[in-house]
Amino acid sequence: MDSNSLYYSLELVAGSGHILTLEQRTALESSLVLLKKNYKFSRVLFWGKILGINAVYFIAQGRGEDEMKDKKNLYSLNCMDWFLLPPASDSMIEEVSKATKGRFMGDPSFVYEHQEIHRQGKGNEPVNEKAVVSITVTEEKRLAVSVHQIDAEVSVVPRGAFIKSPRGLVQLNRSFCGLSEAEARKLDNFLHFRPSKNMKKKSVLDMGNWNPAMDYLDALSDDIPKGSWSLHFEFARKVCVLRSLLWFGLTFYHVPMTPQHGYIYIGDGTKNLDLPFML
Amino acid sequence: MDGEERVQSAAAFKSYMLKNSTKSNLNLYDHLTRLLMKLMDEQPQNAVDVIEDMSSDVKRGLLEEMQSTLQDLPETTADVELAEQQRLLFTRPKDVDHEEELVETPLPNVSELSFYLEQAGVGLGREEMQRIFLALKQLVESQLLSQCRLWGKILGTENSYIIAEAVVEGDDHSIDEPAEEEEREVDTQENEIDQLPQSTYKPPLVVPKEATGSGANKFVYYVCNEPGLPWVKLPSVSPAQITAARQIRKIFTGKLDASIVSYPPFPGNEANYLRAQIARISAGTQVSPQGFYQVLEEEGDEEDEVSQSNYEPNPDFEGIPAAEMAESLSNWVHHVQHILLQGRCTWVNLAVKPGEESNEEGEADEKEEEPDEPEPEVGPPMFTPISQDVEMFNTPPWSLSLSSTLTSQHAVAVLRSNLWPGAYAYACGKKFDNIYIGWGLKYTGGGYTPPVFPLPQKEYPSVPEITEALDPSLEEEQTLKETLEEQQAVREEMEAAEEEEEEDD
Repeated sequence: MDSNSLYYSLELVAGSGHILTLEQRTALESSLVLLKKNYKFSRVLFWGKILGINAVYFIAQGRGEDEMKDKKNLYSLNCMDWFLLPPASDSMIEEVSKATKGRFMGDPSFVYEHQEIHRQGKGNEPVNEKAVVSITVTEEKRLAVSVHQIDAEVSVVPRGAFIKSPRGLVQLNRSFCGLSEAEARKLDNFLHFRPSKNMKKKSVLDMGNWNPAMDYLDALSDDIPKGSWSLHFEFARKVCVLRSLLWFGLTFYHVPMTPQHGYIYIGDGTKNLDLPFML
Repeated sequence: MDGEERVQSAAAFKSYMLKNSTKSNLNLYDHLTRLLMKLMDEQPQNAVDVIEDMSSDVKRGLLEEMQSTLQDLPETTADVELAEQQRLLFTRPKDVDHEEELVETPLPNVSELSFYLEQAGVGLGREEMQRIFLALKQLVESQLLSQCRLWGKILGTENSYIIAEAVVEGDDHSIDEPAEEEEREVDTQENEIDQLPQSTYKPPLVVPKEATGSGANKFVYYVCNEPGLPWVKLPSVSPAQITAARQIRKIFTGKLDASIVSYPPFPGNEANYLRAQIARISAGTQVSPQGFYQVLEEEGDEEDEVSQSNYEPNPDFEGIPAAEMAESLSNWVHHVQHILLQGRCTWVNLAVKPGEESNEEGEADEKEEEPDEPEPEVGPPMFTPISQDVEMFNTPPWSLSLSSTLTSQHAVAVLRSNLWPGAYAYACGKKFDNIYIGWGLKYTGGGYTPPVFPLPQKEYPSVPEITEALDPSLEEEQTLKETLEEQQAVREEMEAAEEEEEEDD
């Protein structure tokens, strides 16, 4: 959610039950502006909150020239002092997925430990050497990986809001005037904001309106399991709100016929793996 | 050829110009009129050079006008429909006296609630809360409720539910369904004709549901999808539904009559499932500051029975400062009865024959004479502090904080449930409230594994008459035949010997 639109767009996503207190909002307005200046971001977004058991993390995201690749995540415990999160590498993701269980504690220096027992047998000799490898992960790394995963799996933008320039840079489309009401009811018009994963070739029928500057992302309607997004028209049916059922707490809003859109994640930072049982 | 003829030829030419063209149904006269009027209005430069373009513009303009008459009427969009319904929320009936409104009303003060919840970081946005406020007012007036409270909101895939908790006057004794099913008696008649094996299946006895006004059915719940739409009353909950709801994990769709497809099969549709989850959430997360409520003392007939289900606000409650409330969990207590494993708040002994049931209801600790008596289930007593809640899945069940660290003098204590994500409570001096805004699912600490199917039942008892046995083989038959013949021979000898003896005598 863009920091410029924070003051009105929080009301639009309030249907999910979480809002920011007035104190937090005013603190964010000041600190995000400073953040933008210090880190020289072209845009700074308020990404959301992750509710730990003892404390709450506020996450901000700064975008550089290329909206998809130049992303930096920062976290704070009091909306004023921000700390940079490390970018999530594959090895970090693997470590975190092995070592962490349960909820976020709320303390960035909390260490999760996991013991793995390796049995090494060389060739035919069943030599049982048990090497106990303990993997330790700090909560800060877990935070970085969770934010990265949520962005990769459930970040949403309307079709046409971001265009790919001929140089390959993904940028904000300044002449995006919003989806119409009819278009906003179809999940096809909402796209994942991540490097495209489904390279399946669509038939010529589907590609009728295809525009390489706008359609380089995956649509939400291709998500498996189907039904993992719930589309509502809230706020007296004027705002189109999408909620993810895979990561409970991610809310995306878009006011049809206007360029206002954004998403925010407020939740406990755990993936909902039981989704196939729940639908 | 002068005057009349000229007039006549002019009239003829005019009628020629007025003839409609067969292709486009336009006529030259009207077209030229319009063209000249356009020139008069616009007065372009170098009119003679652009006259052809202007002529085609005029023609095109005509076509567009004709097309517009074929367009559909504008559709009533969804927001227009809702706006019409929500408009009713803002009308004020003319025959209401001002005096009546100043008396204590069952309408909860949702504005106050929304203010305090906003301090806590929870809520639905101010406008939505205002609409809910007005919708609650409509509910209270139409249903004549004596007490009403905003319970919260449950999100669903297609629609959400806004839920109000109420006490309805004069609805105390709803008819309970017949309590126990009669045990099936095994047919023990012995007929000469072989009976087919009788089924010895006894369906498990149904636990009776609690009466409206007590236990899990203490309050009546009304739901609506959006404020402004009509409120629907939810049916009361039965223990079977609570037990099933504890074992399944389903997201709500938003339609009350949707069926719940699950294993174990849920007895009811989404309205029942919603009611069961509301009951579980209320029992698990409705808390109040200690001392706010006190037990209503009733004159009970039996000394052992402690009627803990009735409480009233304590008039001597002085309020606990928010700083203390935010420090320790023992200042908060549950004020809703815990739901036992059986699915009810008060335990019912099912193994008793119907005649003696009236003596054994309640939490009595009388020892039974029959040896295989199930043990009564006892839940934690009312007003247990939440510091005694069990920690599950390595997470503490509650998180406590102050709403603001910068202005802690006027901050509000905020309590968040980790077991039921979305359940919040706030306390500030003498005021407190609970709310639930979430998906209606409990935190299960990781993967959910659906219960395994039970083994298939034995179809029939293995009684010797129907047990299969191998047919005797040839050797066995021959040995049997030989032994029988030997016995026969022995018997004949004995008979012959007896006859000889008799003859001797």
